[in-house]
Amino acid sequence: MKRIRSTVALVCLVYLVCSYWSFGVAQTVDRSKPPELGPPPSLTLPAIQHLKLSNGLKVVLMEKHQVPLVQVNLLVNAGTAMDPAGQRGLASMTAAMMQEGAGSRDALAFADAADFLGANISVNAGMHTTTVSLFTPLSKLDSALALFADAALRPKFPAEELERNRAERLTTLLQWHDEPRVVGSTLFNDVLFGKNHPYGPPTMGDEKTIRGFNVAELKKFHSTYFHPNNATLIVVGDVTAKALLPKLNALFGKWKTGKVASSTWPSARQVESRKIYLVDKPGAAQSVIRIGRIGVARTTEDYYPIVVMNTILGGSFTSRLNNNLREEHGYSYGAGSRFSFLPMPGSFIASSDVQTDVTDKALTEFMKELTNISTITEDELTRAKNYVALSYPSDFQSVGDIAGRLADLVIYNLPDNYFNNYTKNILAVTKDDVVRVAKKYVDPEKIAIVVVGDMSKVEEGIRALRLGPIEKLTIEEVLGSKPVLGKM
Amino acid sequence: MKRFLLAALLCSAVLSAAAQDVRIRVPYTRVVLPNGLNVILHQDRSTPTVAVNIYYLVGSGREKPGRTGFAHLFEHIMFEGSKNVPEGMFDRWLEAAGGNNNGSTNTDRTNYYETVPSNALDLALFLESDRMGFLLDAMSPAKVDGQRDVVKNERRQSYENRPYGMAYLTLFEQLYPKGHPYSWPTIGSMADLTAASYDDVVNFFKDWYVPNNAVLAIAGDIDIEQTKKAAEKWFGEIPRGRNIPPIDPVAAYLESEKRLVMEDNVQLPRLYMTWHAPGVFTGMDATNDIMASVLAGGKNSRLYKRLVYDLQVAQDVSAYNYSMRLGSIFIIEVTARSGHTLQEIEKLVQEEIDRIKRENPTEREVQRAVNQYEASFLARLESVENKADQFNNYFQFTGNPDFFNEDLFRYKAVDADDITAAAKTFLHNDKRVVLSIVPKGKKDLAATYTQEVTKQ
Repeated sequence: MKRIRSTVALVCLVYLVCSYWSFGVAQTVDRSKPPELGPPPSLTLPAIQHLKLSNGLKVVLMEKHQVPLVQVNLLVNAGTAMDPAGQRGLASMTAAMMQEGAGSRDALAFADAADFLGANISVNAGMHTTTVSLFTPLSKLDSALALFADAALRPKFPAEELERNRAERLTTLLQWHDEPRVVGSTLFNDVLFGKNHPYGPPTMGDEKTIRGFNVAELKKFHSTYFHPNNATLIVVGDVTAKALLPKLNALFGKWKTGKVASSTWPSARQVESRKIYLVDKPGAAQSVIRIGRIGVARTTEDYYPIVVMNTILGGSFTSRLNNNLREEHGYSYGAGSRFSFLPMPGSFIASSDVQTDVTDKALTEFMKELTNISTITEDELTRAKNYVALSYPSDFQSVGDIAGRLADLVIYNLPDNYFNNYTKNILAVTKDDVVRVAKKYVDPEKIAIVVVGDMSKVEEGIRALRLGPIEKLTIEEVLGSKPVLGKM
Repeated sequence: MKRFLLAALLCSAVLSAAAQDVRIRVPYTRVVLPNGLNVILHQDRSTPTVAVNIYYLVGSGREKPGRTGFAHLFEHIMFEGSKNVPEGMFDRWLEAAGGNNNGSTNTDRTNYYETVPSNALDLALFLESDRMGFLLDAMSPAKVDGQRDVVKNERRQSYENRPYGMAYLTLFEQLYPKGHPYSWPTIGSMADLTAASYDDVVNFFKDWYVPNNAVLAIAGDIDIEQTKKAAEKWFGEIPRGRNIPPIDPVAAYLESEKRLVMEDNVQLPRLYMTWHAPGVFTGMDATNDIMASVLAGGKNSRLYKRLVYDLQVAQDVSAYNYSMRLGSIFIIEVTARSGHTLQEIEKLVQEEIDRIKRENPTEREVQRAVNQYEASFLARLESVENKADQFNNYFQFTGNPDFFNEDLFRYKAVDADDITAAAKTFLHNDKRVVLSIVPKGKKDLAATYTQEVTKQ
C-alpha cells in the first residue's frame, strides 16, 4: 500500500516537472477508417561477410554492434538423418554427449566454466545439421570461444556420462506416455514416413537403440562428420572480421580436413488415400488432432507461393483454420498448419487440440478448410502476402535469430541477396500461384488423420463421419512399451 | 495469453563493453497526457520495427471471488472489436500491415502488444486507442460467449490436459488465505468462467480500462517528437476514469506447514515445495532469484548436482522465485525417477535446504549465478519488444521506466551472506506448502501428507 502511494506521488511530481510539453485543444480524430500506411520500410542488413580460415573452414560473419553480445554457431553436415541403420538416436546422443566434458574439463568443470562466464554453449542435432552454438557477452568472448572449440573439436565422451544420459532419455521416453501431443506427433510422423525414413521415427531413438549405444559409436559419429570441409562457422554480434579472424584461426585453423561420404536416403511414399488413426487417452479433456501428408523440400520453386498459401490456411492468427475452430466455433484455443521445410520433403500438417465433445465437428471443419483452400480471395491474398513480407524485418533483431537465418543460407545454398529479396519475392506471388500450390500440396482426399483422445467419448462420432478406414492404436503401440529403468 | 503460440520475449541501448562495469543506458522520454495516460518512448533504429506495449494495471488480483478468471477473459474480449474496428478486423488490419500482436494477463497487470513495421505505428495506436476509448460501443453478449469457450479451451489445453497441469492451481489456493487476491488462478475456474455476465464485462471495463490506469510504451524505429504527437492524437480524447484505489489485501501467511497429495495421469511422481517470499523489487527478491540459481541453475547447482547428476534419483529439478507485487512465491520442483519415492526426494532436498541455511555458498557459486543473470539481462536488451515491455514493467513497480541499472545492481550486489540470510528468513520448515503429485493409485510414492486434494 505504502509503495503504491509513494509511486503515485512520484508520478505527479514528474508530471509537473515535465509539463513543458503543451497540450493543445484535443484534435478531432478521424476514426472512421484505419489510418493510411506510408510506404513500408525496407530492411537494410549489415553486409554478409564471407571469410575463410587457414584450413579452409568457411566463416559467415554479420557484424551487429548494438548490444555487446556474440553468437557463434558451428554448423556441421551431420544430423539425425545420418543415423546408421539400427542406431536411431545416435546423432542426437552424440550431440548431447558433446556437452558432457571436453578438452581438459569433465562434464561438471565444463559446465561450471561456461556458466561462470555467463556463456551458453549447447549442441543440437537437427535432421541434417548438428549445430554447436555459443552465446556470450562480448567481454567473455575469448574464454568462451576456447570452451566452444573444446566442445566442438575435443569432446571427451565419458562412459559414465553416457550411462547418465541413457537413463535420462529412457525416462523421457516413459514421460512421453503422459503427453498426448507427443503421442500425436510421433504417430503422425510414423504414418507419413515410416520406420526406415529419417523423418519417421523420433530423433531421440527408441528404447532398444538408446540402450544400445556405446562410447566408440559416439566417437565414430563425431570423427566421421566433424571436419572443417564439412562445416561452416556463423558469427553474429559486436565483433569485426579483423578482430575475430586471428581468434578463430588460433582455435579452428589447425582442425584437420577429412573425407566425408555423402549420404543418400530412400524417398517416402506419399499418402495415397484417407485414413484415420485413433489413439485412446482415457479421461483426456481435449483431443489432439493432427492431419496431413508429405509436403515438399525447401528447395522447391513453389516455396514462396506455399508460404503465402499456408499463411491463409493456418499460418497466422487470422488464418482460416484458427478463425474457424477458435473464433467462430470456440472448439479450441488455437488451430494452425505448417509445412516442414527440409532438404527432403517434410510434412504438411494441420493441427489443433479441441475439446473432447466436439472432436467430430472439429474434424468436419478441418475437412472443409482443407477443401476450400483452393479458392481464395484477392483480399486474403494481399493480407497474407503483406503479413509475411512486411513482418520479415522483425526477425532480425537478436544475434541468435540472425545466426539462425544465416544458417538457412548455408544449408540451402541461398544467395546473399536472399534476405533483401525476400519481401519482393513474397509480394510477387499471384492468386494463380496460391491456387496451384493449394491443389498440388493440400489434397483432403489423400491425408492421414490422427486423433489422440478419450475414445469412449469421441470414437462413435468420428466413425459416423465416414471419412475413411479407421485404425485404432494404444499409446504403447505408438511409443513402445514403457521403459523400465534399472534394466540396462 | 490470447494466442496459442507464445510470442517470443525481447537500439540504442548504449553499452560500454570496454568498461569493467557495464553501464546500461536505455534513453527514454516520458510524457503524461492530461487524462493520466503515461507514455514512454524509446528510439532504436537498428531494424525498421516498432514495438507498442500497453499495460493496464489490473490483473487477476483485482478480481472478486466468484468471478475469477475475469481479467484474463476480458483480455480476450479486447480483441473482439471496438466502435470503429469491426469484429475480426483488429487482427486483420494489423496482419495486413505486417504486424503481430498478442496479450497476456497475470496477477498484477494485463498487457497488450504489437510489433509493426515502422510505417504502421499509427495503425497500432489507432487500434489500441479505439479499444481503450470505445470498446463498449461494439460489445455484445455473443462476443463474450465466444471468448468464454476459447478461454475454457485454453484452460483445458494448459491445465486439465497437461500432466501435472493442476499443480499450480492447487498451490496458489493453498498458499493464500481465502479471499486473498492471489488465492485463485489467473485462468479462473470453469464455474466462474461460465458465470461471467455481460454486466461484468461492462463494469470491469469502466473500472479498470481507463487511461489513468495504463502505461503505453513505444520502442523502436520512431521519431520521438512525432510519436509524442501521435500518442496525444490517438489517446488524448479518451476521458480519465475514476481514481484507482490501492489494492488492500489480507495478509498472506502460512500458520503451519501444509502437506498434500494429488493423483494424476502421470508416470512419475513430482514434488513441489513452496514458500512465501517478498514482493517483486522489495526486500530480498533479487537474492531469492540468485538463491534459486545456486540451488538449481545448471549442472553444478546444489540440487541438480546431488539429485539428478550424482545420485540420479530425479529426472529434473528446478527452483525459482516467482515475483509478484503483493508477495512472491519461492518454488522447488523435483520429478523422481522411477523406483524412487518422494519421501526419499524430499529428504535430500531438505538436506540441501538445511545446508544453505547453515553455511554460506562459495563465492564462485554466487558469482556464477550473478554472471548468468547478467548475460540473460543483456540478451533481453536485443529486441524492441523486450525493451518496451521492460519499460512498462519497471514503471509499473518502481515509477521509473529506466530502472535497468538499478535492477542489474540488485543482482550484482548479492553476496554469500545474503543467500544464507534469505534461506533462513524464507525457507521455513514449518511454514510452507508441500504437494506430491503421484500416478493414480500410487499414493505410497508421495511425501508424507495430511490432506488429499482431487484434480477438479
